[in-house]
Amino acid sequence: MSTMSAALLVLADGRFPAGGHAHSGGAEAAVKAGRVTDGASLEAFCRGRLHTAGLTAAGLAAATAAGIDPLAVDAAADARTPSPALRAAARRLGRQLMRAARAAWPSPELDALAAALPRGAHQPVVLGLVARAAGLGPLAVAHAAAYEAVSGPATAVVRLLSLDPFEATAVLARLAPELDAVASAAADAAGAALVEGLDALPAPAAPLLDITAEQHAAWPVRLFAT
Amino acid sequence: MTPPVALVTALAPDPAGVVAAARIVAAPDGRGGTALPVLEGGGPFALRRVGGRGAEARVALVGAMSAPLGGDRLTLDARVEAGAALAFSTTAATIALPGRTGAPATYDTRIDVADGAALRWLPEPLISAHGSDVRTTTRVALGAGARLLLREEQVLGRAGEPPGRLRSRLTIHHAGRPLFDQELNYGPGAPGWDGGAVLGGHRAVGQLVVVHPAFEERPMAARPLGATAAVTPLAGPAVVVSAVARDALELRKVLDSWASELNDVIRAF
Amino acid sequence: MHLDHPDTYPHRHTYTAATPTRPDGTRRALRIGLGGPVGSGKTATVAALCRALRDQLSIAVVTNDIYTREDAEFLLRNAVLAPERITAVETGACPHTAIRDDISANLEAVEDLEDSVGPLDLVLVESGGDNLTATFSKGLVDAQIFVIDVAGGDDIPRKGGPGLTTADLLVVNKTDLAPYVGVDLEGMARDAKAQRGELPVAFTSLATEGGVAPVRDWVLERLAAWAAA
Repeated sequence: MSTMSAALLVLADGRFPAGGHAHSGGAEAAVKAGRVTDGASLEAFCRGRLHTAGLTAAGLAAATAAGIDPLAVDAAADARTPSPALRAAARRLGRQLMRAARAAWPSPELDALAAALPRGAHQPVVLGLVARAAGLGPLAVAHAAAYEAVSGPATAVVRLLSLDPFEATAVLARLAPELDAVASAAADAAGAALVEGLDALPAPAAPLLDITAEQHAAWPVRLFAT
Repeated sequence: MTPPVALVTALAPDPAGVVAAARIVAAPDGRGGTALPVLEGGGPFALRRVGGRGAEARVALVGAMSAPLGGDRLTLDARVEAGAALAFSTTAATIALPGRTGAPATYDTRIDVADGAALRWLPEPLISAHGSDVRTTTRVALGAGARLLLREEQVLGRAGEPPGRLRSRLTIHHAGRPLFDQELNYGPGAPGWDGGAVLGGHRAVGQLVVVHPAFEERPMAARPLGATAAVTPLAGPAVVVSAVARDALELRKVLDSWASELNDVIRAF
Repeated sequence: MHLDHPDTYPHRHTYTAATPTRPDGTRRALRIGLGGPVGSGKTATVAALCRALRDQLSIAVVTNDIYTREDAEFLLRNAVLAPERITAVETGACPHTAIRDDISANLEAVEDLEDSVGPLDLVLVESGGDNLTATFSKGLVDAQIFVIDVAGGDDIPRKGGPGLTTADLLVVNKTDLAPYVGVDLEGMARDAKAQRGELPVAFTSLATEGGVAPVRDWVLERLAAWAAA
């Protein structure tokens, strides 16, 4: 299956209407805690997120794209998401992606998952099935998942700190080689999971993202859903 | 605190290194208590049965002061059979130290808790000393009605030194389904580990996992605990307390207070 | 990939407001969006509409706050509807994105309300206060109301902007303040007519008893047309 496809550009476009714009990926909590204050700390934040939550999501998406049962991958996603606030957000985003994707790339596999989990599957699982519907392979969808893991926080920090948007984009550009590496690792792990089972998928975690997600969910006033 | 046990990460010229294994099997003793039909240590491991309480047998891992050398691969296996109750602890922190070749040390723990069995797994922290490289895996298989209290603590560097490399994966399956799967990856070579998403300058990190069948019917609500810890129910009959802290003492304080609070919750079931 | 099985697509869903029926085949609620600048009285209009119509219609509200939940909490405090009929959507500091460019969260909210408290006759989707260019996607709402107020200046209708010129109903609120802020209501009406042609304009004073009546009547007309369609 081809990696280079314009369908990937459509899917990974920040304007793809699947709800991502309302999520900061933990950046809003990190800004409030003073852990993200400028371009350098944004880069450190995004690098950590990419190699933890980003790699985990990319592995789940790639495994689904590789043809592993989406319900089994969804259970693996639950086990990798200890925060109930983040599980709820992942399922909500999964439902929103499902809606947009069924209009963009209608597919019986998407219909079947929507019927099996009407309250939403984890977003990376839906993303993996969307990739199949769009003719994209595990490596391509791993790129999309890894990119989402950092593009969301970068955009959010532009809004939260009035950070120079050129600086935020430069952060993403500097992370590009690491995005490639994370996507490759995720696709390789998906290949291993086909043989060895889902424990072969990566499960790297970021303690502060998990801990602060629960605090953020309890804020009475916030700009972002996560 | 008792002096830590050294776990030298790398290794003498012998490329095969030393393989050290320890094994524990806990089973009902037929009189309402728990027997330990298997209690085998080796290499740096010395296992001792210590005073139990009630039906529970207690085992302490006493680190032998001769540290593991060479490309050591340490494995620890524990099985708790139906009707048995086991508590496991270590007498001192485990400290990962650099070796001569720079090869990583591995430390793999396999735990099996049958339906109707109970395990409290409460080792002292793993300290990642500057220059060390250690990879740990802990795989836990729980039967449907198994009960588990598991504490895991990592301390990045001894006082005043930068940490070594530490990779640690904890995988828990409950009734054959994944319940919790988490890899922590810190220190030099782990990109972004000290940024605002992962540790943000904290040097001690830990968690308490509590699995109890009653959580199925009566799940706990998620609760943030200050800025650096949270209690979160998993998508299964379990709760995790996650915390980051400046140091090991501060971390233990948070986890201990929650261990006793969760104990009260479980007693009330 | 699956093109060899065209019969697996019995019905091509669009998943947007364009579909007048719910998945179970029943007719869904009429969806009306309310947009307009900050402070013009959108939330007050929603509250007044709910009070005026709740005894004859089954209503729910979705708010899109800039800071999440402010507007939803105003409506809850004022008890205009039962709490389960009010939902807030987080907008990531971009309220116009959530009602126009990426409507997925709002569609989820609307459908969740229909599932949980339905059947509904009317869903009001309130935008966070935004600028004069904000409009609702046709994929989200069937009709939209743009709310401005006289205190914002009588030159707003002349300035136009997509929200003001294309909304199905323009509401000019706080007419009771006109004498105090030196605003010429007739001039505003003329400017609005120039911008909007035959599209209706309602002048309201929500501070007055029954002040929302012109908006209520317009909503009831739309509802009758929706039911007949």
